[in-house]
Amino acid sequence: MHPERRTFIRKRALIPAIYIIFLMLPIYWLVTMSFKTTNEILGGFTPWPVNFTLANYVKIFTDSTWYSGYINSLTFVIANTILSVVVALPAAYAFSRYRFLGDKHLFFWLLTNRMAPPAVFALPFLQLYSAVGLFDTPWAVALAHTLFNVPLAVWILEGFMSGVPKELDETAYVDGYPFWRFFLKIFIPTIAAGIGVACFFCFMFSWVELLLAKTLTSVAAKPIVATMTRTASTSGYELGLLAAAGTLTIVPGAFVIYFVRNYIAKGFALGRV
Amino acid sequence: MYKQLNQKAWFLVAPVVALVAFNAIIPLMTVVNFSVQETFGDNVFFWAGVDWFEQVLHSSRFHDALLRQILFTAIILLIEVPLGLIVALAMPRKGPWVSVCLVTMALPLLIPWNVVGAMWNIFALPEIGLMGKGLRSLGFDFNYTRQPLTAWFTVVLMDVWHWTSLVVLLCYAGLVSIPNDYYQAAKIDGASAWSVFRYIQLPKLKRVLTIAILLRFMDSFMIYTEVVVLTGGGPGNSTTFLSIDLVKMALGQFDLGPAAAMSLIYFLIILLLSWLFYTVMTRNEAR
Amino acid sequence: MAKITLDRLRHSYMPNPQGAEDWALKEMTQELEDGGAYALLGPSGCGKTTLLNLISGLLRPTVGRILFDDADVTGATPEQRNIAQVFQFPVIYDTMTVYDNLAFPLRNRGVPAAEIDKRVREVGAMLDLGHMLKKRASGLTADGKQKISLGRGLVRSDVNVIMFDEPLTVIDPHLKWVLRSKLKELHHRIRRTMIYVTHDQTEALTFADQVVVMNNGEVVQVGTPVDLFERPAHTFVGHFIGSPGMNVLPCSLDGGRVDFMGQPVETLGTVQASSGNGKLELGVRPEFTRFDSIGIPVEIVKAADVGRFRIVETRHREHRIRLLVPEGQPMPSGHAYVRFDPKHTHVYRDGWLVN
Repeated sequence: MHPERRTFIRKRALIPAIYIIFLMLPIYWLVTMSFKTTNEILGGFTPWPVNFTLANYVKIFTDSTWYSGYINSLTFVIANTILSVVVALPAAYAFSRYRFLGDKHLFFWLLTNRMAPPAVFALPFLQLYSAVGLFDTPWAVALAHTLFNVPLAVWILEGFMSGVPKELDETAYVDGYPFWRFFLKIFIPTIAAGIGVACFFCFMFSWVELLLAKTLTSVAAKPIVATMTRTASTSGYELGLLAAAGTLTIVPGAFVIYFVRNYIAKGFALGRV
Repeated sequence: MYKQLNQKAWFLVAPVVALVAFNAIIPLMTVVNFSVQETFGDNVFFWAGVDWFEQVLHSSRFHDALLRQILFTAIILLIEVPLGLIVALAMPRKGPWVSVCLVTMALPLLIPWNVVGAMWNIFALPEIGLMGKGLRSLGFDFNYTRQPLTAWFTVVLMDVWHWTSLVVLLCYAGLVSIPNDYYQAAKIDGASAWSVFRYIQLPKLKRVLTIAILLRFMDSFMIYTEVVVLTGGGPGNSTTFLSIDLVKMALGQFDLGPAAAMSLIYFLIILLLSWLFYTVMTRNEAR
Repeated sequence: MAKITLDRLRHSYMPNPQGAEDWALKEMTQELEDGGAYALLGPSGCGKTTLLNLISGLLRPTVGRILFDDADVTGATPEQRNIAQVFQFPVIYDTMTVYDNLAFPLRNRGVPAAEIDKRVREVGAMLDLGHMLKKRASGLTADGKQKISLGRGLVRSDVNVIMFDEPLTVIDPHLKWVLRSKLKELHHRIRRTMIYVTHDQTEALTFADQVVVMNNGEVVQVGTPVDLFERPAHTFVGHFIGSPGMNVLPCSLDGGRVDFMGQPVETLGTVQASSGNGKLELGVRPEFTRFDSIGIPVEIVKAADVGRFRIVETRHREHRIRLLVPEGQPMPSGHAYVRFDPKHTHVYRDGWLVN
C-alpha cells in the first residue's frame, strides 16, 4: 500500500473515533456518578470517583421498589416482543404473498400508527385500560406498545419474506405440507434472521419508551424507568442512585446489540426500520 | 414478484387488525369524542362543536409550541443527516473495527429515553457535570437550567447524541451494499473523491437517506421524554415542544377538550408533513 | 496503444505465501501484442480475474513486472495506466444521462468541451446509442448499460487496453450474440488491444485471435482457437475446449510405440521414452475418432442426436470413448471397432503434451 494512502486512512479513522468518544462521554459520566457517594457528587466536581462506593448498586439490588421495577420492565418488554412478532408473522406473510381486498390501504394504515405521537394516546389509553381492568398490569403496557411495534414488525418481516422466493412455498405445497406445518417447519427457520431483527426493534422500542409505560401503571407494575423519575422528584436529589439505575438500564440493551450486531446491518440495509 | 389474489389472506392479517384496531381506533374515537364536547366534571358532557379546535388553532400557546417544534426539528435534521453521512463515509468497511463501531454507535439507541434525559441532566449540570463544568471552565457562561439559549443548545446536543447513530447505521448499510466494481470503474474513469461521492455514493444512498430523514422527522416531532427529564420544558416554556405541551394540558390540567383537539391537529400535521416529505423525495424516481 | 509484457508475474492474496497452493497466479511470462484481441479462458477460480486485475492495476503483483511498451507500470494506478474496463455487472452513473456517462472520463481528464462532444457522438453512433444520448442511463436495459460501460472506455483516445470481465453474464441469451459480434466488429475497426475474460469457450473462441487458457492459477496454453482445438498442449485444454471434450485414455510406451490396453496406436510424431516417467495418457478428439472394421473393440453405450452430428458414447472395458458421427453416416450397433486419426492423436505425460 502506498504510504500517502495509509496516512489518509488513518486521518479518516479520526472521524468515527471522535464521534465514538462523543457518544461515550455522557455514558462515562453516568457510570462514574453511580460509583460516587451523594456527598461527593454534591460536594463539587471530581472527574472520577474519589470515594469509590457500591452502595448505590447494593441499594438497588436489595430494595424491592427498585429491583421489582426491573422485573416489571423486562416482563412487559418480553411480553410485547413475543406478542408483536407472533401476530405480525402471518400478517407479513399475507402481505408478501397475496393480494386481497384493501391490502394496500391496510398496510398504509398500519404504518400511520408508527407516526402517532404517544402523547396523543396517553390519556385515551389510561381510560381504555382502566375500563378493561388491565390498568397497572404489565399486560396494559405490553398491549399498548403493540400499537407501534406491530406495524414495525410487519414492515420488517414483510421485507425479509419478500426476499424468499415463492418457489419455496410452492414446492412445499406440492410435497403435501399443510399451510401451518409449512409455515412453522420450513418458512420460519428460513427467515430466522428477519425474526431476529424484528425482535430486536420491538425490544428496543418497548424498552426505551417511558410515557405510556408510566401512564398505564401506578404501583404493582411500575417499570424501572418510572421508578427513576419518581425517585428523582420525591426523595430529593439522589443522583448516585439515579445514575446506578440508569447504568443498569443500559446493560440489557448492550447485550441485545452485541448478539444481533451482524443482523442489524442487514435489517437496516432493507431500509425497513 | 407476482402475487396471487387470495381473499382468505384476511384470516392471516385478522389478529394484527384486531390488535391495532383495539389500540388505535378506540382511543382515537375517545379523542374525537372529547374534542367536540365540553365537560364540567361528573361525566356530564355537552356538545361543543368545533370550539376546541378554534380555540387551539388561535391560541398563542399552541402557535409557540408548534414554532419551537418546527425550529427544533429543522435544526436537528440539518445537523444529524450530514453528520451521520460523514461518519458513515469515514467508517471502516471491513476488519475488527466494524463490530466495535456498530456496537458502540448503536448503544445510545437502546438506552431508555428518560435515562438519556437523566444522563444529560447529570452530564450538563453547571457545577458538577462534566460538560457543564467543562464549558464553564473554558469561560462560557453555561447554565441550562436558567438560560433558554444554553437549554436549547443542550437539548439539541442531546438529540444529536441520541439519534445521529440511526442515520449512521442506515447510511453505512447503504454504503456497504454498493458493489466494489463501481469504485473500480470510477478509479479507471479518473474520478475524484468528490465525484465518487456525488455520482456513485449519493445516488445509491438516496433510498436510505429518504428513510433516515422521514424517521428523524417523525420521531423528533414527537420528542417528549428526554426533554421533560432534562429541562422539564423550561426554563420558562423555552423548550416546551408539542408533546410536552399536550401532556401538560391533558394529564396535568385535565383540559380534555383542548387537549383532544390539539392531539388531532398534531397527528394530522405529522401525517401531512410525512406524506409531503415522502412525495417530494420519491418524486424523481417515478419520473 | 501498447504492447503488454508480463514478466515473471506471480500473485498471492496471502501476506506470506508458502506452498504452491497459496499462489492465486503462478509464475507466468507473456507478451500481448499491440492491437490484439485476447481472451483469458478458464473455469471459476482459475486466476483469470486475478490476472486481469493485475494488468488493470487494481491489484499489485507480489512478484514480477508489468510493462506497457517499454515502461514499467507495475506500481502504477489504473488511472495512470490508461486502461478501460467493462465489468461483469454493468457499472453506470445512475443520475447521469447516457451522454454524460460517456463524457465523464473525458471531463475528469480536463478535455475541452468541443472535443468531448465530438468523441461522445462518435462513440455513441459506433455503439448504436446515438438516438438515446439524452436519456437517463438508469432507464436502459442491461445490454444498453453494458454498451455504456464499454463506451466510457472507447471515448478515450489514450487507452492502452480495454478489458472485459465476463461482460455478457447478465445479458439475455438472444442479445449475447448481437453484442459479441458488435465487439468483434469494433475491434476490427479501432484495433485497440482488448482482453476478454470468460469461462465460456464460445465467447472466447469467437472473440479472440489468441486465447490464454488458465487452470489452477497457471497458464496451460496460449494459442489461436485452431491451435487449442487441434493441438491441446494439456489434457485440461482438451477437456475444457470442444463439446464434447477430448477423449483422454491411459497408455503405455513400448519402445517408440504407444499402446492403449495392449492395442498399438499411431500418433503424430514420435515420443521420446527417455523424457521422464510420469503418468502417460493419449488424447484424441471425438471429431477425429471414427468407426472402422478393425481397431479398438468397443461396446456402444448411447447416442445423442445434436442436429448435424450424433454424439456416440462407447466403452472399451472401463474406458469411455466418444465419437462424432456426421449426420447421414451409417452407425453400427452393439459391438464395433473404433480408430483414431493418427494426425490428431497426441500423447501426454502428467497432463502435458509430449509428442
